[in-house]
Amino acid sequence: MYVATKGGERAIDAAHQWLADERRGDRSVPELGVAQIREQMALAVNRVMAEGSLYDPDLAALAIKQARGDLIEAVFLIRAYRTTLPRFGASIPVETDRMDIIRRISATFKDAPGGQILGPTFDYTHRLLDFKLMADGAAPEALRKEAEAVAAPHILQLLDRDGLMEPLSEGAETPPDLTREPLEMPADRPLRLQALARGDEGFVLSMAYSTQRGYGRTHAFVGELRIGTCAVEMEIPELGFAVEIGEIELTECETVNQFTGSKSEPPQFTRGYGLVMGQSERKAISMSLVDRALRWEELGEDYVGAPAQDAEFVLYHCDNIQATGFLEHIKLPHYVDFQSELELIRKLRRAAAGAEVKEAAE
Amino acid sequence: MSTLATQTRKTYMGLLARARPQRLEQLLPDLPAHDWLRRPVIGTTMVRGRIGATGAPFNLGEMTVTRCALRLTDGTVGHAYVQGRDQGHATRAAIVDALMQSDAAVQVDATILAPLRAEEAATRNSRAEKAAATKVEFFTMVRGED
Repeated sequence: MYVATKGGERAIDAAHQWLADERRGDRSVPELGVAQIREQMALAVNRVMAEGSLYDPDLAALAIKQARGDLIEAVFLIRAYRTTLPRFGASIPVETDRMDIIRRISATFKDAPGGQILGPTFDYTHRLLDFKLMADGAAPEALRKEAEAVAAPHILQLLDRDGLMEPLSEGAETPPDLTREPLEMPADRPLRLQALARGDEGFVLSMAYSTQRGYGRTHAFVGELRIGTCAVEMEIPELGFAVEIGEIELTECETVNQFTGSKSEPPQFTRGYGLVMGQSERKAISMSLVDRALRWEELGEDYVGAPAQDAEFVLYHCDNIQATGFLEHIKLPHYVDFQSELELIRKLRRAAAGAEVKEAAE
Repeated sequence: MSTLATQTRKTYMGLLARARPQRLEQLLPDLPAHDWLRRPVIGTTMVRGRIGATGAPFNLGEMTVTRCALRLTDGTVGHAYVQGRDQGHATRAAIVDALMQSDAAVQVDATILAPLRAEEAATRNSRAEKAAATKVEFFTMVRGED
C-alpha cells in the first residue's frame, strides 16, 4: 500500500544540491569533460551504450559524468532518455562479415583466412599497475604496418562448408521487440538475444561461467571473436531505397559447441552467438555461452535444472535496470506496510504469551 | 532516378551521415536559403543483427539518428538521416543532398564530398595499419628428431 506523504521537499532539494557539489569533488582538481570520458573511458562508455541499449557515445559519456561513474545509474539515465525519442524505423540487419576489423581471433583455427589480429587488447598484459599513467607522460603512438585488403570471412563458415556445423535457422524478418511488447515466455531465440545483448554484463558473465563450471555444460570453443565498425543501413521510405545512416562499433562472438545429431542427421557442431554494441568481448563471449545453454530444448538436450538453462530465470533477471528498480525501491518509505507488519507481530506475540500463561496455569 | 544515380546518391548520403558534424560545418559554413519540409528531429533507429551473422534477424539495440528534409529556392529537395543528435549535421547533409541534384553538383562534390572521402579513407587506412601491426605471424618450432 502506498500513501502520499509530504514534508521532504526541502531535504530532497538540499540532498540533490549536495550531490551536484560532491559530483564536482575537490575544486582544485580540474573538472572532467564529457569528451574526456568519451575518449579515455571508452570501455565504460561502451558498457553504458550496450546495457542502455542506445548507441550514442556522447550521451553515454554524459550519463557517466552525471552518475558520478555509477554505470548502472548511467544506464538508467540512458534508458530513460531513450523513451523520449521517436523511433524512425529498424535497420537492415548489420553485415558483420563486412566489418572494418580491429580485432579478430579464433581459438579453434590458427591459420584462419584473414589471420589473427590482436587489436588493442588487455590480453597478455601482466596486470601490473602502470605508475607512469599517474604522472603526466606522453602516450606511445600505435605501431603501423602496411595493410593489405584481406577478406576475413566468418571462420565458422569453413566448418559450415564441410557440413560440420548445424545449419542456421531462418526466422521472421521482423523479430519480436521487448521494448515494444512485454517479455513473455516462451521466448524465441531472437527475443532471448535481444534481452541478453542489453543484459547486465556481470549477470550474463556469471551465468556463462556457471555453464563452464558444470551447471549446464556446453563445451564451448571461441570459434571467432571479432571487433570492428559496421555500417548501419536503413530503408528510407521517402527515398525508396536504403542508405547508410552511420556506423557503429560491434563485438561479435561465435562459439562452436558439442554435438547435435539424430538417426537421420550425422553429428554436427552446434552454435552459440553473441553480439554487443561497442567493444565488449567479455560480454559477447558470455552472451554466446548463455545463448547456447538456453538452446537445450531445440537441440534435444536434457534439462538438468541448471540456472543458465532456465530462460525464465535468465531473461527475467538479466536486466539491471529492472533489477535495481525493484531492489532499490525497498529503501523508499514503506511506513504503512511496515505498520501492518508491526501490528501483526504484536498480535502473534500476544497470542503466544496468552498460550504460555494458559499452559502455565494448567 | 536511374540505378547509377541512385547508387551515387546512396554513396554520398552514407558519407555525409558518417562525417563529423564539425568537419561538415567547416566545409559548408554558409547555408543557402531553404524551406523546411521537415525540421530536424532527433530519434532512433533499432539496429538489427542476425543470429550467427547470417541467420534470423534480432533486435540488438537502438542508435540515435537525426533526420530532416528541405527544399532549396530552386525547388530541389534534399533529405538527410544522420547518426547522432546534431541538427546542424542533418541540415547540412540535406543541403548537400539537394545541391548534388542541382547544377552545383560537380563543385559540391569537389569541395565538400572529395575532402570527406579522402579523410575517411585516411582514417580507415590508419586503423587498418594499426590492426595489421597486431597481426600474429605464427611460426612453428621444430621439436625432436623428425
